[in-house]
Parts: sequence; structure tokens; C-alpha cells
Amino acid sequence: MADKQLFLDGVSIALNARVLVAVTHRVEVGEVLTVMGPSGSGKSTLLAYIGGFLDPAFSASGKVFSGKEEITALPAEERHAGILFQDPLLFPHMSVGGNLLFAIPPAVKGKAARLALVEEALDGVGLAGTASRDPDTLSGGQKARVALARVLLSAPRMLLLDEPFSKLDAELRSQMRELVFAKARTSRLPVVLVTHDEADAEAAGGRVIRVGQ
Amino acid sequence: MCSMLPRLGPPLAIAVLAGPILFGLAGTILPAFGYLPALGGTGFTLAHAEKLLTQPGIMMSALISLAAGLVTTAVSLGVVMLFIAGWAGTHIFSRIQHLVSPLLSVPHAAAAFGLAFLIAPSGMIARMLSPWLTGWERPPDLLIVNDPTGLSMIAGLIVKEIPFLLLIALAALPQVDLPRTRALAASLGYGRVAGFLHGVWPPLYRQMRLAVFAVVAFATSVVDVAAILGPTTPAPLAVRLVGWMNDPELSMRFFASAGALLQLCVSAAALLIWIALERLGAAMLRRLRRSGLRFRRDAWLRRAALAAMVTAAMTVLAGLATLAIWSFAGLWQFPDALPETFTAKTWMKTAPRLAAPLSVTLIVAAASTTLAIALTLLCLMRENETGRVAGRRALLFLYLPLLVPQAAFLFGLQLLFVFTGGVASLPALVLAHLTFVMPYVFLSLSDPWRAYDRRYEAIAAGLGKSRIATLLRVRLPMLSRAILVAAAVGFAVSVGQYLPTVLIGAGRLETITTEAVALASGGNRRVIGVYAFLQMLLPAAGFAVATLVPALVFRNRRAMRV
Amino acid sequence: MKKLLLAAAAFAAMTLPALAGEPDPEKWQEVLADARGETVYFNAWGGAENINAYLEWAGAELEKRYGVKLVHVKLDDTANAVAKVVAEKAAGRNEGGTVDLIWINGENFSSMKRQQLLFSPGWAEKLPNWRFVDVEDKPTIQTDFTVPVEGLESPWGMAKLVFFHDSARTDLASLPKSAKDLLAWAQQNPGRFTYPQPPDFIGSSFLKQVLSELVADRSVLLKPVDEASFDKTVAPLFSYLDELNPLLWRGGKAFPQNYPAMKQLLADNEVDIIFAFNPSEASSAIANGELPATVRSFTFPGGTLANTHFVAIPYNAAAKAGALVAADFLISPEAQARKQDPQIWGDPTVLAISKLHAADRARFETLDLGVATLKPDELGPALDEPHPSWMDRIETEWKRRYGAAH
Repeated sequence: MADKQLFLDGVSIALNARVLVAVTHRVEVGEVLTVMGPSGSGKSTLLAYIGGFLDPAFSASGKVFSGKEEITALPAEERHAGILFQDPLLFPHMSVGGNLLFAIPPAVKGKAARLALVEEALDGVGLAGTASRDPDTLSGGQKARVALARVLLSAPRMLLLDEPFSKLDAELRSQMRELVFAKARTSRLPVVLVTHDEADAEAAGGRVIRVGQ
Repeated sequence: MCSMLPRLGPPLAIAVLAGPILFGLAGTILPAFGYLPALGGTGFTLAHAEKLLTQPGIMMSALISLAAGLVTTAVSLGVVMLFIAGWAGTHIFSRIQHLVSPLLSVPHAAAAFGLAFLIAPSGMIARMLSPWLTGWERPPDLLIVNDPTGLSMIAGLIVKEIPFLLLIALAALPQVDLPRTRALAASLGYGRVAGFLHGVWPPLYRQMRLAVFAVVAFATSVVDVAAILGPTTPAPLAVRLVGWMNDPELSMRFFASAGALLQLCVSAAALLIWIALERLGAAMLRRLRRSGLRFRRDAWLRRAALAAMVTAAMTVLAGLATLAIWSFAGLWQFPDALPETFTAKTWMKTAPRLAAPLSVTLIVAAASTTLAIALTLLCLMRENETGRVAGRRALLFLYLPLLVPQAAFLFGLQLLFVFTGGVASLPALVLAHLTFVMPYVFLSLSDPWRAYDRRYEAIAAGLGKSRIATLLRVRLPMLSRAILVAAAVGFAVSVGQYLPTVLIGAGRLETITTEAVALASGGNRRVIGVYAFLQMLLPAAGFAVATLVPALVFRNRRAMRV
Repeated sequence: MKKLLLAAAAFAAMTLPALAGEPDPEKWQEVLADARGETVYFNAWGGAENINAYLEWAGAELEKRYGVKLVHVKLDDTANAVAKVVAEKAAGRNEGGTVDLIWINGENFSSMKRQQLLFSPGWAEKLPNWRFVDVEDKPTIQTDFTVPVEGLESPWGMAKLVFFHDSARTDLASLPKSAKDLLAWAQQNPGRFTYPQPPDFIGSSFLKQVLSELVADRSVLLKPVDEASFDKTVAPLFSYLDELNPLLWRGGKAFPQNYPAMKQLLADNEVDIIFAFNPSEASSAIANGELPATVRSFTFPGGTLANTHFVAIPYNAAAKAGALVAADFLISPEAQARKQDPQIWGDPTVLAISKLHAADRARFETLDLGVATLKPDELGPALDEPHPSWMDRIETEWKRRYGAAH
């Protein structure tokens, strides 16, 4: 499992020849790299570059490795970079269980096996028995947990977090932070966290890169 | 494969939008100057243009068309402007908006018939008021419908263009900050209307400008409304033009082309005059601004705008209701307000003859709408790929089929289809409809598509889903309502097409609309009632499907409701 | 060179059978065999529901009996169908045209005949049912608006100008007996008369009726227009119209666009007198609930215009055999009797009742022509239609004087 570490080799992202982010760093599994910066500083473009969905308006260079494999040239869907945004973004036309089923890799065969995985994942985030619910009827914190369960079910190689706690209220925020970091550690995933909240960086405990200052 | 397809979108769309117009205009302009080798015209001459100018009343026809274009646009734009100025953000506004929106899908011909049945001396209004108020035992000898100056025709156009411009304005409204600008103007002591005109209108109008131009071009060259409500001594240019296009004499082909060219000039002149009027209006607004006048007592103006809006909407609705009554009427003599007897006889007698035109209507509308949706989706996917949103030039292409008068290029297009043997074939008709359906589908789908939160796609990609799976299982289902509404709009546009169907269908492919307009001259109100009622029913059914299907499929998904 | 010759030979081989394959009505069994399975596009005015319904019936019968599918292409002006054939000829589409059969007469026939756009040689007099046609007493069957028919079109129905009024509102005795009378009547009843706007066929026919009554020498009208004397010949017509038009419905500023629109005006009590080319039109309108049952017919004792309407086949029709079968069916005693029934359409037959078999004769004799239909002996003398060139010139002159006047 040790080969899932994330290596950013000379990654640099620019808009109209102005460099927004430049980083070379190795993120070990279970470790969190935090990118701090005010809104509009372009810090999220780093996640987009790693994830493979950078807007063509930006120009970027540098290599991204997952373990020994370079993924820079791969299309987004082959990078297996699980991402969480500040909104849970559950697919509104699917049930809670549908959202999770959608995430399970096709390698898991058989309806029963897939449904069992869904139940297990929901149980793991304290939402057992909600599979048939309309996601819009869940509370904000519940939605965030379903989003987390969804991304973990897709068997990602890394976790990209784009200010995922900023819309939660203070109490939920610290609970959610703990849950996410704990899950990342047990799943042995390297994590890149983008935030403007110092508390996030503290809780993450890893290296902090500051941009746009 | 799915990465290649979107690349084809924009060039295909441009071909669909501009191709028929370019070829059609060439097929019109060359013969206008005598060049049409197939008919023995190999040199260039001005003889046909000169003969055109000697036609009795030709200047009058051109003037009526020009005036109709300008007056229709000025009045409908004025009503929409003052209505938004006076009422945007109120309860009444949203209620009126819901009343007016469906009217957009009522075909022009049906609305025109409704108006004619309403305001004619023997029409519904005279019947309601007679004889108790007017003393009329027989219809008064008043020239209302088909009046020589075209006032009824202009009225018929205005009631249909108001919903169009209102919806265009509503689409552009979110891009100007209405509530805050209004608050700012109010804090400076400006009346509601004046504050709107100074602060909101100029940027809003800039967004709507092409649509307004389309109204000018349409109203100067409309055929169906003019044939139903317009003057006959002489008729507006476009109506006479279609007459010439159908003349048995060979030489009339050149002559009709010269007429089509004149139509192009009339519409262009109307647009130029409109642009001059824009300048004038802007200058007047500037002067007003400098004067600092506040116009705080504008309640009367607001009420007038509301009254005009409600009148326009109610006129169309009452007209449609009258059509429906006629379709079920037995003997109905003047001045009875309602028929002596109601009967389904007309419907039953007409029903067997409806099957063929109904199926052509449905096939052509479904095919052209499906193609338009597919093309639009390809273009929008391409937009996402390149990261460039279609700009002003692309918008101009979209509006091209609405800006060039139909009569001016469809005639040349028909000639082209005749020479290639494609005339009166279903594919040719679908293609001709596609040119007019495409702009509306694109305009109605592009906003929701662009407003879509693309982070959903990033999430799906992160979950390891391919682009095609993401498109089919996430983006399209989430946009299903918007796609169906765009399809309903396209369907309604296709159902309402008259001239393209008459010219490209060459009388062998008939739709409910061409049948209805063909019956117009016959004056059988009961049968017209049936056809016009159907004409209105089809788009309404389209919108019902577009609303009901997602509501049913996603009945347990709260976030999928509007 | 050799190649060219070969190509020419191949081309000839391809085209010759097509020419040789033209149906010959004298070999009727072959025509019937060819016609089976064909679709005939019948281009006919579609502004009257009763006629549309009649064609619906004819189409069903043709399909049932001969396997010919009849599609009624509804026109608002017959000229549109002629224009289509013209356009096809221009485009070199000399075969497989889109028009198979046209409802036609007068001006349009003359135009198509002159431009050689008609299926020839003459075929109409070779149709099996031609033997019943009344060529003896109905001269307009072989001379269409003075133009010899020569079998290039097949007769379908007879027309004579008659006037209708509502006897509940106007008294027959007070109604005009001639064009001159009509003007005097209009002076006393302004706004209560109108005519369809020329070039509508019925409207133009009204102009010809007035011209025929007022012209100094009626025989001039049977020859093509002589430009030198045209103005002088038509002067009485236009001085008449100068007086009449301001007295019309809507002051002559608007006109109904055709006969059905004018009929609606009588139904709405907007005018008192209307006219049609079909003597039993009023009876069928009553039967259809379009006019009150009190409507009656009258005519001018001095005579009114009479003519015949026909069906013709374009030279490039795709389904000539089918069109021949349809034309023949349309003059069959059964189809003609049904057409003359005012409950159906009410269009007078082109057949001679005396030539029919007893059973077919009974079909006609038992017809109830309706209260509003004049008997043949009450219809008055028939005036000959002027040469088609008159229609064209008068229409142009009318448009110049009144069609663009404000």
C-alpha cells in the first residue's frame, strides 16, 4: 500500500503568465498537505490540476505521480483522485444509496455484494438505513458524511479536499474534520487540503504551503 | 468517438444556421438581376426590378411592411420596458409572467385568427355588446379586420411579440442587478420608472438587442398574420411576394426574386431606421439624466403599462377561447353571444382529414427538434472542452435565421431544392425547420447548461467515471427538465412554421399550420376554429410533457424540482 | 468518340422506354393495370369543406376499386399548381413531376396549353365514361373560355352564375334583374353588396358578367384582347365600378377574399346579396348549416355567365395512368350523381341524363336539389365566357384602379 504516495514534481500553475501556485512536494499516505490562501488566490487550481479538470484558460506545467505511476497525462477518470468540495454535491436525481452505488467500481460484481458495500459505508459514517432516502431530505452534516462515504467507496488513490468544512457550523466542522482525517488515515490515502481556515491546517497537522500573499 | 463528436458541433450548427440563408439569398438575388441559367437567364439586367417598381401600389405595400415592423417593435418593446420598470419584483409581476409565458408557444396564425374572431364587426366583442349597448341588430359596416393601414395586423403582431420580448428580457434580467440599482435610484429620489430607465434599461437593452432586431425583421416580412389580418388593397409586400412566387408565368420567377430583394431592402431599411431610433432614444435619456428630473409621480404610467400587458394577454386568451367555441358551434347568428346549439359535428367531419397533416406536423417537429437538441448539446459540450463561451459572433449566427426575412431567402432555397429534386421531401422540410428551430433551442438550453455546477462532473471523474458515463448518468439527467423545456420550445417553433412549410413542402407536405392558413381565405369559422385550436393545443401538449415527465420521474427527488 | 456514341445509345435506351411507356387510354385494361398501386396527387382548390369531403370519398372509392391512392393537395389558388409544373419544367424535371392531376379551367388551362405543359395528345374523349358526357347541349365542355379543349382536360362539373339572398330579410321583387339594376339597388342599400377581390375567380367572373352586359358588341369578347381598342371596350365596365365600389360593403376598401368568405358575410347578415358559380351552392350551404334555411336563388333574366370546370394531367405527371383512372371515375354516373347532391356538394353534372342506363338515370332523378336551387329552366340564358386574355387584362386594370387605392 505504500506505493500510493502522491508526488508533485515542479507543479506550477499560471494565469496570463502570472504564477498562482508552484509546488514540489511528496505527500505520504495518511499525510495531509495543506494549501492556504485567501479566496481568489487560485489555490483550488492545484486540486484541479491534480484531479485532471483544470480549466483550459490556465496554463500549467509539472508532473504528478501516484506511487510510481505518472498520472499527469491521464484523463480525469483514470486518475482516481477522490474529491470533496465545500458543498456535498450529492447527485440530486439519485437516492442516497444510488449515489453510493454509482461510486463503487465496476470490479465489484453482483447486486448483493454492491448493496452490502453501500450499507457498510453508510454504517461507517453513522447513517445506517438511509439508502433509500432522497439526498435533499438529509441535514447538511448528513449530506457531508454521505459525500465522504461516496468518495471512499470509489477506491481512490488520493483525497483532494477543496474547503470541505467551510460551510458547516463550528461544532459539525470539527467533528467532520476528525472523521475525514481518520478515514484518510485508515484508508491510507495521501490528502491535499485547500483552505483559508487556520484551524483546518492545525487539525491536519501536515506541511502548509501559503499562496497568493 | 465521444471526444470527436463535439468538435463537429459548431461547424455543423453554423452550416445549419447560415447555409440555407447563404444559398437561399444567392438563389434569390441572382435571379432578381436576371441570372438563372436554368430558365435561360444568363446575363444581368435591371429589367425585373424596373417592372417591379411599376406594379400598382408597390410603394404602398412596402410602406405598410416598413411601418408594421417599426410600430410593432416600438409598441411591444415599450410595453415590456415600462412593465418591467414598474412591476419587476412584485407579486403581480410573477403572476403576469406566468400568464404570459405560455402565450409564447401559441403559433402566430392561431393568435391572429383569435384576434380576427374577436374584433371583427361580427366578432365576439360586438356580439357581447349587441344589441343592448350598441343597438346593432346586424353587424356594423366597419372596416376593422383587413383595414387598409394595417392596424389590426399590427395589433395581432404586438400581442404575440410582447410575450417574446418579455421572456427575452426576463432571461437577461439576472445579468443586471435590478434590486440594488433600484434601491440606489430610489435613495436618490428617482421614481420607479425613471430609476429603471436610467440605471437598468441601457445594459438590459444591450442584452436584448438582437432579439429586438429579430422582431423588426419578422414584423416587416410576416406572411401568415398579414394574410389573416392585414390589408388587401394593397396587401403588405410579403403577402404579394408569395403570390408572385406562385404565379404560373415563367418570367414571374425573376420578378418574384426582384420582389424578394425588395423585401430584403425593406427589412434592412426598417432595421436602419430602428438603429437611428435607438440613438435618438439614448440621446433623450441622456438629456433627461442631465436634467435631474425625478419623475416620482409615475403611478399612472405603471398602471398603464400593467393594463397594456394584461390587455395583450387577455386578447390572445379570449381569441383562443372564441376559436374553441366556434369549433363546437352549431347555428350562431349575429348578435347572439353564444351559439344556439353546440355540436361536435365540425370536429367529427374534420377528424379524418386531420390525420395526414397532423402526422407530418409531428414527424417534422420531432425530427427537427431532436436534431436541434443534439446539435446544441454538441456545441455546448465543445464550449466546455475549449473553455470558450460562444461570444457575440456566435450569437449573431444564432440570430441570423431570425434577422433575414424568411421570404427573402426561402424562395431561393426552394429553387435550390427543386433543382436538386429535394423539394417536398421530408428531409428537406426537416432541414428547413431546423434552421428556425435551432436558434430557439440553443437560446433556451444554453443558459441552464452554462449554469450547471461543473463540480458534479469533477466528482464523477474522481469516482472513476468516464466522460460519456458522466454525461449520460449525471449531467443529462440533472438537466433533463431544461432539455425537455428546450425541446418543447423547439417543437412549438416547428409547429408554428408557415412559410418554410409552404415553400419547401411545396403543398405536398402539409401541416396543421399550413392547412389552417389555407382555410383562412375560406372564412369557414368552425373549421378554422378546429385547426387553430389544434395549432395551439400541440405546443401546449409539448410543454405539458416537458413539465410532467420530470415531475413524475423525479417525484421523490426534492432538489430536482424547480 | 466511340465512348460518346455508346453513352448516347445508353441514354436513348434509358429514355425511350419511358416515352413508350406513356399510358394510352384506348388500351384501358393496360391503364388500369398500370394505375394499380399508384399515388395520384390531385391539386385542387381546398377552401370548401364540402368539396374536400367529396374528394375524400372519391379517394376512398378509387383505392377500393382500382388500388389508386388519391391525395388531395389543397390549394388556395390553382395558379400555385401551374407554378409548380412551370418550376419543374424549368428545373428539367420532365418526368416524375409532383402534380398528377389539376382542377382547372379558363385562364390556367389556356396558359398550360400554350406552354405545352399538358399531357397530350388529347386523352379525355377516349375515357370509357366519355360516352355519357353531354357534348351536344353543353358547348362549354369542348370550348373552355373560347379555347378549344381538344381532349387535353376532362370535364368535371358545370357552372352558372346565380345570385342568393335571404328571403327572411329581403323581398325577391325588390332585387335587381341586371347589372344596371344592381347599381341602382346598391345606391338604395349602400354597404349591402360586395364581390370577392379579383383576381379571385368568382370576383373576376363578376367583372366579366358586368362587362358582358354593358359592352357595346359582345362578339369582341370572344376574340383575344385587342390592345388598341381595349380601353374603349372596357370603359363602360370601369365607369360602372367607379360608381358601384364606394357603395359596397366596407365602402369598397376591403373585399372578401373568395366565395366562402362572401358566404360567411351573408350568414352574418353583413350583406344582402351574394353570388356563386354553382346553382345549388345555396342549398348545400343550408344543408351544411352555414346559411339559414330561408336563403333563395335568383338570376338575371338577360343571362349570366356559364362555363365548365375540368381536370387536367401535367405532361410530367408521375402517375399518369392513375390520373386517367381518377379522371374517368370522376365522370362516372355514380360519382357525378353524388357530386350533384346538395347534401354532399351540389355541383351540376357534365353528363347527359338521357344517355344513361335506367339505374343510373334514377340516381339523378331521385336527387332532391333543395329548396334554394333553381330548376334548369329557371336558370335563364347562358352568356359565353370571354376569351381568357380578357380576364387577365381586366384583373390587371382592376388592381391598378382599385387594388392599391387609398
